Amino acid sequence: MDELNALFHGFAVVLTPMNTLLMVVGIVLGVLIGVLPGLGGANGVAILLPLTFTMTPTSAIIMLSCIYWGALFGGAITSILFNIPGEPWSVATTFDGYPMAQQGRAGEALTAAFTSSFIGAFVAVVMITFMAPLVAKFALKFGPPEFFAVYLLTFCSFVGMGKGSPFKILASMTIGFALASVGMDTVTGQLRLTFGWLELMRGFDFLIAVIGLFGIGEILLSMEEGLAFSGKHAKIDSKIVLATWKKLPQYWVTSIRSSLVGIWMGITPGGATPASFMSYGLAKKMSKTGHKFGTGELEGVIAPETAAHAAGTSALLPMLALGIPGSPTAAVLLGGLLIWGLQPGPLLFVEQKDFVWGLIASMYLGNLVGLIVVLTTVPLFASILRIPFSIIAPVIIVICAIGAYTVHNAMLDIWFMLLFGIAGYLFKKLDYPLAPLVLALVLGDKAEDAFRQSMLISQGEVGVMFSNLLVGSITSLALILLFWPLISKALDKIRPPKKDEFEADRPVD
Amino acid sequence: MASSETKAHEGGEVKGPATYLVEAVVAIGVMLLGAVVIYGSRELGAGWTSDGPGSGYFPFYIGLIMTISGAGIFYQSLFGKKGRNTAVFVDGEQLKRVLSVLIPAGIYVFAVGFIGLYIASFFYIILFMVILGKFSWLKSLIAAFCVNALFFLMFEVWFKVPLFKGQFDLLSFLGY
Repeated sequence: MDELNALFHGFAVVLTPMNTLLMVVGIVLGVLIGVLPGLGGANGVAILLPLTFTMTPTSAIIMLSCIYWGALFGGAITSILFNIPGEPWSVATTFDGYPMAQQGRAGEALTAAFTSSFIGAFVAVVMITFMAPLVAKFALKFGPPEFFAVYLLTFCSFVGMGKGSPFKILASMTIGFALASVGMDTVTGQLRLTFGWLELMRGFDFLIAVIGLFGIGEILLSMEEGLAFSGKHAKIDSKIVLATWKKLPQYWVTSIRSSLVGIWMGITPGGATPASFMSYGLAKKMSKTGHKFGTGELEGVIAPETAAHAAGTSALLPMLALGIPGSPTAAVLLGGLLIWGLQPGPLLFVEQKDFVWGLIASMYLGNLVGLIVVLTTVPLFASILRIPFSIIAPVIIVICAIGAYTVHNAMLDIWFMLLFGIAGYLFKKLDYPLAPLVLALVLGDKAEDAFRQSMLISQGEVGVMFSNLLVGSITSLALILLFWPLISKALDKIRPPKKDEFEADRPVD
Repeated sequence: MASSETKAHEGGEVKGPATYLVEAVVAIGVMLLGAVVIYGSRELGAGWTSDGPGSGYFPFYIGLIMTISGAGIFYQSLFGKKGRNTAVFVDGEQLKRVLSVLIPAGIYVFAVGFIGLYIASFFYIILFMVILGKFSWLKSLIAAFCVNALFFLMFEVWFKVPLFKGQFDLLSFLGY
């Protein structure tokens, strides 16, 4: 089997001393980032991206993706111990995780969370190992119209499946597109929307936006409730770990189901957050102890964590094979790939075998190392949060400023970061989703290029979007998703609507 | 983490601008932004040229959708079916806390332009810890110095990524 050969070759690439060191460093940094407020997964990867300019792309992506896994793991720590979700997708973990901690079962909850995360991610990586080359081959059939159709599908699904006002989703998305178009036009070389301000020739870099929106915005939001953090203590010793591991196999149905939900949501532009909620909801409905969810049920921690990690991992599949990121963090990683001159898509698998399979191999190892690291260092990370916020907050802001500066060595970018921070604060409070903005900022240029190339090919016929079965079906799906809110309202009139009980709790991502 | 609920503080009313007002204002902002984008695209040529869509074609429609969305949000916030969201957007106490981070951050960024990232960060951390965290001057000084020394080693020496030293390069004696 070709894939297994390639995978073992990938392991060989990863297991060099340098790359292994970077893996461990990445995981530790990632958990730290996941635990601290203001440094989320997307933000942390964005800040550390410029640091990797001096490394080879393979080493760089290994470290960055390990940061990503670390952040996935880290988000669970604060959710369980402090009832503060470290990441949007950890919100569902607080439902049962924090009660468990309150009952003194924090160690059990953490072990369950980490192990489920590992299982979810593992299943997803196995899927990627075998599916990625297939998807890549399939993607060779894609021309500009097909690519534009897929971009259209991505953005329409945000509008259709997103929570909250579709107008806000559209507004957020178009702001991202508008920001992306500022600067030099790739086709004609004209300066767009710069209004004579030379500094804007570079355009707005998505990294600055991410750092500002997610980083500074997050800190400003956390400041509202003051500077206090107090959480439950947790110790994980091997007895608790083994005892919990004995209990886990009986929930194998939940694990498998949650992994599948996660994989599906990760590949489609849903992401880890809806995956965790959907999985929690399903588990609650289908479990024998469903009525006890919310009081500290182990299953209530297993379900969302497995799904969130499976989703977070599978979000990398469309990113690698098609160049479509399935989540904001994957979008940042995509941006990184572009900066290094690697073109994601089917050719990546052919031309950059070392890179792709090194990355996939590092996913296996990274998750394993991650599991070991978090199990052993939870008390350390929990105690970091006991450092007063008045020390952490300025340090985080300094880190963000450094991160913003290192992207283009431009002082102006730090000001932009601050502006994005204020915007992020406002948007989060007003329930404007940030994920479409980030995705539009990253993909905007490429989507527009695909559109213009399609138009050039078809000499202005918009009908090219329906010219063959592949493109036509994707476009139709996109349009259906776009108008889904209207369609579902019409359907509701025909049959009674099902109430989404987590409507209120689900954060706008 | 998004949270649009406000905790009421013990004693006294929660005062502050109502959410629907802020929503409406932001919606107007979005509309204005859309108008700016439309204007900019028209200047570039938003129609079809012989080579296909003009440079301003895509942004024009983006601006259009933006303006329409802004109008939609504006309408929904004031006249929507769910009624006006009268929850307090931010009360005085919360706003004070947010500004207590935001304004120093603004001054910090301003300072970075002149004295560079390391020195500005040094003073910023010290002042933050002393004024907001009520730490002693000595502790804050040590902490700020350690953090910045660490960053200096990490960036300048290890990763060889030069950071901004400001208009007046005060650290030039270090040779970096």
